[in-house]
Amino acid sequence: MTMQQSVREYIRDGDTVVIEGFTHLICFAAGHEIIRQKKKDLVACRLTPDLIYDQMIAAGCIGKIVFSWAGNPGVGPLYGLRRAVEKGIPRPIELEEYTHFGMVARFTAGASHLPFMHLDTFYGSTLSQQNKNIKEVKCPYTGKMFATVPALNPDVAIIHVQRVDKEGNAQIWGLMGVQREAAFASKKVIIVAEELVESSVIRSDPNRTLIPGFKVDAVVIESFGAHPSYAQGYYDRDNQFYVDWYEISKDQGKMEDYIAQWVIGVSGRKEYIEKLGLEKVNGLKAGTRLAAPVNYGY
Amino acid sequence: MTSFTPDEIMVTRAANELRNGEVVFVGIGLPNLACNLARRLQAPGLILIYESGAVGAVPSRLPLSIGDPCLVTDSISVCSMVEIFNYYLQGGLIDVGFLGGAQVDRFGNINSTVIGDYQYPKVRLPGSGGACEISIHAKKIIIILKQNKKTFPEKIDFITTPGFIDEKNQRKKYGMPGRGPVLVITDLGVYTFSEESFEMVLTEIHPPNPSIEKINDNISWDLKISDSLKTTKPPTEEELNIIRKELDPERIYLR
Repeated sequence: MTMQQSVREYIRDGDTVVIEGFTHLICFAAGHEIIRQKKKDLVACRLTPDLIYDQMIAAGCIGKIVFSWAGNPGVGPLYGLRRAVEKGIPRPIELEEYTHFGMVARFTAGASHLPFMHLDTFYGSTLSQQNKNIKEVKCPYTGKMFATVPALNPDVAIIHVQRVDKEGNAQIWGLMGVQREAAFASKKVIIVAEELVESSVIRSDPNRTLIPGFKVDAVVIESFGAHPSYAQGYYDRDNQFYVDWYEISKDQGKMEDYIAQWVIGVSGRKEYIEKLGLEKVNGLKAGTRLAAPVNYGY
Repeated sequence: MTSFTPDEIMVTRAANELRNGEVVFVGIGLPNLACNLARRLQAPGLILIYESGAVGAVPSRLPLSIGDPCLVTDSISVCSMVEIFNYYLQGGLIDVGFLGGAQVDRFGNINSTVIGDYQYPKVRLPGSGGACEISIHAKKIIIILKQNKKTFPEKIDFITTPGFIDEKNQRKKYGMPGRGPVLVITDLGVYTFSEESFEMVLTEIHPPNPSIEKINDNISWDLKISDSLKTTKPPTEEELNIIRKELDPERIYLR
């Protein structure tokens, strides 16, 4: 399926959507397609909203974010998000805020089809007073009180991976954040992969499969689809872009210009990469560090 | 004494606190420099854990973000964030956690959520990330933060991350496993916490021009000062060489 088809078919206005990836393997390609298709009122979940949600907020696609840390990682604030929260530009957005552990537990409960998850955090923090979804439960064995968070079951998860087969069996290596839980928690799963490989490649190394094909609804092959974030073994973060975003995002006009030029102004990832240019793309290519092979024989 | 910047003494003072074999929950920025400095000197067996899932990381460059793949290459394990927060942190395996923030109060409570009202904030800050649970579970917490009247206010606008909460140390009431903050390292000095009032106590002032007046000009409450106040050990030439030539040669985090 193409990115255009998958976003058109699976994402509706008002849907709860998660594009996961903890600063690694963030599917900017999907975020850009959502902006191109002018999706509206999305409830966008992610531990770290990152630049991609900043762009979707500036484009007016998002009505609410569910998150735990909103910044430009390693650089500074997300000014698009701040403008929406502090000044309602281009539209006010609602925030539903947790800690990382809280979000991890929400996805874990969602993936396990449990109504909530208990965890030992939030006590002593003002967060539990501001967010009415953070409640308490008494342990039936010890009597100790624990904080609880409700399950998070998004309508759609978009997960960027390094390789997938045509059945949708998806493999990730390097940092895997909370992608597996986000996928299992969601009603529909779109896998976006750097590479399509034969099923025999997947089956040669089953420990690396994060999400099995039977949990996947759509497979999109989109090389360089996580740019400007990292994809281990494929490309490095385009750090200059993250640094430049600091200035771009300070100004709503500059952000709109960026979106007009780099998102609306291109038909899809292929054109985006052409626009980036070969020099940029080649400069980000990852070095080689192969793992020692393992023997799956018995 | 070789000349050094406030950032550099913050890094070396934090690094001096780390012991070989300890398991440290590391953040990006100055704590990352401190941990990697300690690893090159007195603590080669320091285990660096990043909340993104890298365990026993040995980053060969300055990580650009908490999810930098350089944390994965040559690490001892990579796990999901479910495992990091449940098994490593809640499981009680973390000895030291480093935290920063926008504001800290006298009880070591940290605000990294909002300046002003939560619903109508003057400034919306990033939020907790993993800080709240790190403070609850790590055996001890070291806070690193630049100091002025705004960052050290009488009262913080939001407790993102609990320190001792108040003079009664509410951590006990909640049964928090970790001891809480044990050290605050700023660009001017070092603080510990009173075992009676759970309040910050100034214990060290940084060279080269230690001044209690300057400390008091940059804090909003009536500060307690230790009877055994001393001057912070200045960075050694070796430490400065490692920081300047190997760890942050482009001075991305050392400003």
